[in-house]
Amino acid sequence: MKVLVPVKRVIDYNVKVRVKADGSGVDLANVKMSMNPFDEIAVEEAIRLKEAGTADEVVAVSIGVKQAQETLRTALAMGADRAILIVAAADVHQDIEPLAVAKILKAVIDEEQPNLVLAGKQAIDNDMNATGQMLSALLGWSQATFASEVKVEGGSAVVTREVDGGLQTVKVKLPAIVTVDLRLNQPRYASLPNIMKAKKKPLDEKTAADYGVDVSPRLEVVKTAEPETRQAGEIVPDVDTLVAKLKERGLV
Amino acid sequence: MAVLLLGEVNDGELALDPTAKAVNAAKVLGEVTVLCAGASAAAAGVAAATIEGVAKVLVAEHPALSHRLAEPTAAMIVSLAGDYSHIMAPATTDAKNVMPRVAALLDVMVISDVSGVVDAETFERPIYAGNAIQTVRSKDAKKVVTLRTSAFKAAGKGGPAKVETVDVPGDPGLSEWVEDKVAESDRPELTSAGVVVSGGRGVGSQGDFALIEKLADKLGAAVGASRAAVDAGFAPNDWQVGQTGKVVAPELYVAVGISGAIQHLAGMKDSKIIVAVNKDPDAPIFQIADYGLVADLFQAVPELIEKL
Repeated sequence: MKVLVPVKRVIDYNVKVRVKADGSGVDLANVKMSMNPFDEIAVEEAIRLKEAGTADEVVAVSIGVKQAQETLRTALAMGADRAILIVAAADVHQDIEPLAVAKILKAVIDEEQPNLVLAGKQAIDNDMNATGQMLSALLGWSQATFASEVKVEGGSAVVTREVDGGLQTVKVKLPAIVTVDLRLNQPRYASLPNIMKAKKKPLDEKTAADYGVDVSPRLEVVKTAEPETRQAGEIVPDVDTLVAKLKERGLV
Repeated sequence: MAVLLLGEVNDGELALDPTAKAVNAAKVLGEVTVLCAGASAAAAGVAAATIEGVAKVLVAEHPALSHRLAEPTAAMIVSLAGDYSHIMAPATTDAKNVMPRVAALLDVMVISDVSGVVDAETFERPIYAGNAIQTVRSKDAKKVVTLRTSAFKAAGKGGPAKVETVDVPGDPGLSEWVEDKVAESDRPELTSAGVVVSGGRGVGSQGDFALIEKLADKLGAAVGASRAAVDAGFAPNDWQVGQTGKVVAPELYVAVGISGAIQHLAGMKDSKIIVAVNKDPDAPIFQIADYGLVADLFQAVPELIEKL
């Protein structure tokens, strides 16, 4: 079974985001970038499927700027077998929308014919939570989003999903798109020997034009602003004062 | 302009709060038609018809729609899409599952988790865990939008609007429901509760989380948790408040043993009054709290329970 994992290069989870003064977006120049944390979980799950003998090949794909090859090298160092980079933007500030990403991925999937796509449920930059669902729609495949457990059994996958009320389990026909949530697994760190080995693994480079996909955005960004900030209130000395304050405000 | 709004229906029952909030956000754009889909959805349809601002309710009943699986639900919505300029839904996990699929089938870009409606084609939405608010203008012919319910007030009572049944395209047969594990609770629902008490990593263990629950029960509150507490196994994931969990905006939010990582703040900083109890005086949560108490939670919380 072949597993395809799309990975996105995003601002590192721990970096404090700064909105640019001219309101055009978020400042990404000279900022630490990493693999989207949900995508790391997807890569980990794919590798575990391979280690369990369920999958025989793991292909990582990234769509974006040329620098996304670093993200793909990380996936290869974790244990993916090969990688495909599709350069679709020259400027790190240009975010390729989920619809365009899904169209490019569909074209890649038409060539690669994987049985399973494991993707992060959302990217922590645009917080869209859309690419997996859109890809599934374009392919006419089944989908299981927000997975906290994935079991592949014959021609289907049994997926436990994190939903508002608790957990839902669905059985999806393969090929399928599964998007992963935080509790699915704890991604491994790549070891130094594996980082060295990853440099020799194949990484193909293509462009969006190679697949004939128009990546011009459907959503025009009018402006990007700082959210309203909250002022710090007061530190109360003890529980009695806190209770008195809450009573004063009519909250208890 | 006309809006088709997917009502939140669980097991044949309308979740009134998220649906009424989405209706309130949508009604400035045009006539609102609410779609109630499920194995049985007639009762939900009757309930939806009493929301102020709803012009019409469509009831779609089919076994394939019983658990809101994305494939049949998206196909159902697309079959109705022709008559509407906007297709909207409250941003619940069900809608987040379904609506991007709808958008792709219509070849339009989905606009997720909208926190402000500027005009028919312009919307505000938080990005980067709420550290920036982006205003986007859609060039697509149809707008497919999910609405962050904590950002809108619920529409009141009105109607009743007329209720019609619609044909269901059927089941594409791509996936099947196996089971739901729903936590039964007498507490208010987290995203609509007036008071929320949340615990973080500082609570220390699953057993000690009972203290958070006890305080919540004293206040008639819903229980929340930070991602750190969920990751550590102290609390179930459906209690998670934050960027990748639920977004809440209650009258009173009590954060206990929560340091205040930006990913957590993304889910609660629009609360009216925030109270923080933490033993670390430098915890970032104190920078946004209205009332901060620097104290050991194992002393402060029992005292709070006693004195409230």
